[in-house]
Amino acid sequence: MDASPQTSAETQPKSGPIGPDDVIVAEDVVKIYDGRRVLDGVNFRVKRGEILVIMGGSGCGKSTLLRQLIGLQQPEQGRIWIDGSEITRLTEEEFINVRRRFGVLFQSGALFNSMTVGDNVALPIREHYPNQPEMTVDIMVKMKLSLVGMTQFSHLKPAEISGGMKKRAALARALALDPKLLFCDEPTAGLDPTRVTEFDELTLKLCKDLGVTAVVVTHDMTSAFRIGTRMILLNKGKVWAVGTPAEIRAHPDPGVKRFINGDPESEVRQDADSYLQDILGES
Amino acid sequence: MPITLIRFFQHVTSWCMLFSNMLYWAFLSPFHGKKMRVNDLFRQMTLIGVRSISIVFLVMFFMGLVLAMQSAETLQKVGGLAMVGGLVAVAVMREIGPMLTAIVLAGRCGAAITAELGTMRVAEELDAMETMGLNPVHFLIVPRVLAMVIMAPCLTILGVFMAMFGGWLISVFCLDQDAFLYWRKAFELLALKDVYSGMIKSVVFATLVSNIACYFGFIVDGGAEGVGRSTTQSVVTSIVMIIASDCVLTAFFYFI
Ligand SMILES: Nc1ncnc2c1ncn2[C@@H]1O[C@H](COP(=O)(O)OP(=O)(O)OP(=O)(O)O)[C@@H](O)[C@H]1O
Ligand SMILES: [Mg+2]
Repeated sequence: MDASPQTSAETQPKSGPIGPDDVIVAEDVVKIYDGRRVLDGVNFRVKRGEILVIMGGSGCGKSTLLRQLIGLQQPEQGRIWIDGSEITRLTEEEFINVRRRFGVLFQSGALFNSMTVGDNVALPIREHYPNQPEMTVDIMVKMKLSLVGMTQFSHLKPAEISGGMKKRAALARALALDPKLLFCDEPTAGLDPTRVTEFDELTLKLCKDLGVTAVVVTHDMTSAFRIGTRMILLNKGKVWAVGTPAEIRAHPDPGVKRFINGDPESEVRQDADSYLQDILGES
Repeated sequence: MPITLIRFFQHVTSWCMLFSNMLYWAFLSPFHGKKMRVNDLFRQMTLIGVRSISIVFLVMFFMGLVLAMQSAETLQKVGGLAMVGGLVAVAVMREIGPMLTAIVLAGRCGAAITAELGTMRVAEELDAMETMGLNPVHFLIVPRVLAMVIMAPCLTILGVFMAMFGGWLISVFCLDQDAFLYWRKAFELLALKDVYSGMIKSVVFATLVSNIACYFGFIVDGGAEGVGRSTTQSVVTSIVMIIASDCVLTAFFYFI
């Protein structure tokens, strides 16, 4: 499936000053791992209060794109603005101030295994507001845990709770400092359908009521179309399609249609010979 | 070969960068209003120091026995059996105490630090920490390094006494020496320089072991297998560095 990334890239303004509403702007982001271009010129803009959904096949570079956005890695080329500051140029100290407005949910949850769930959520609060009395911290932790339905598990260590519970606890931690920007890497993977709906409603509520801007990586199409106000579809490190949910649904590329409908990628093989040639052939 | 060499220098430069970063967070940042994490420091001092006492005692006790028996053979020939105490004391204080303690710490605590930090790296915990605006060097490395640097000399001193006690047992019960004479000779021969050179060595070894352990933990790459590989590398590098720096320090103290 040979997509033409040019068409999608052109729909986005290439450069120029960032608009007053633009919270996240990525311009020609290129990331190279061992000579492999995992991200190959990614462009997009996200406005305040929007929910950007990043989709794409497994291994197409979604988590890598997220790592560039939150400044854990420096892209080889390209520039990224977050909330008005160009994070690809900031020093470590300047970046800390930007990071205070972040909440990040990692694909693996990344809870601190040496601490209880409650302490995990309390950690960012204690560190950034060292003078808060313990009582206040306690109440804030309870509030965040109740958002994700984890209040009664706050005394357990991460090793003692299930995968989905870890995700929810990690989400509570990401929300601990009431972030203005929320980055989630596959937040709904491993959750049951009720929890998925709850997560979607929580995200929508945060964005509508509190003006949070969210970037969500997901494989779940129902969830994606429910929360997304802007979507980008990655393929082999390039932007394959970008736009509002309606635009994505009506995208002319048959590959995009196939992806969002979840249809198999290739036609049924005709004979054993061509199948063998396919898997053994020049790769 | 050139690639190995390049990789070696890459390791050295990034280790030096991490080390200077550690120095900044340990000694300069407290003046910029970044509080030292005292609770973590005490926790690490317990893990590294207190929990290592028994094994340091054991190793040093046997070392004392061995040293007394080995030296007795030679000293007997020149009729100096009374000097066993002094010999054990000086050898252990200047050389064997700091080195053996550091090797025990490298195997027991250095490996644990690398494995712990490496697992955190693999589980994205270090990334999560960074995105929360918490500096992993400040949070994780400084308490561990300071704890080891504080505890290693203490352990060394305790271990030295244990080795001297081992030597005393041999001296009194196998060589039929006077029980009091052993201690008098020991403290007579022990000079102040022996004590401070031993302590300086101990501090240097602890700095190396803890920083190497943290460095190899931070650079872990590639899952559980990577953690194992890094832990081995950490212990091997620590031991080589202990002995190499021991050589340099001994030369330094010999010539001044
Ligand atoms: N540290 C690394 N070193 C080398 N290559 C890497 C590294 N991390 C990721 N990659 C490569 O980058 C590509 C994109 O990885 P990424 O984790 O971004 O995928 P993804 O889109 O998040 O997939 P998934 O949906 O399965 O999480 C993969 O092909 C992977 O092999
Ligand atoms: Mg991923």
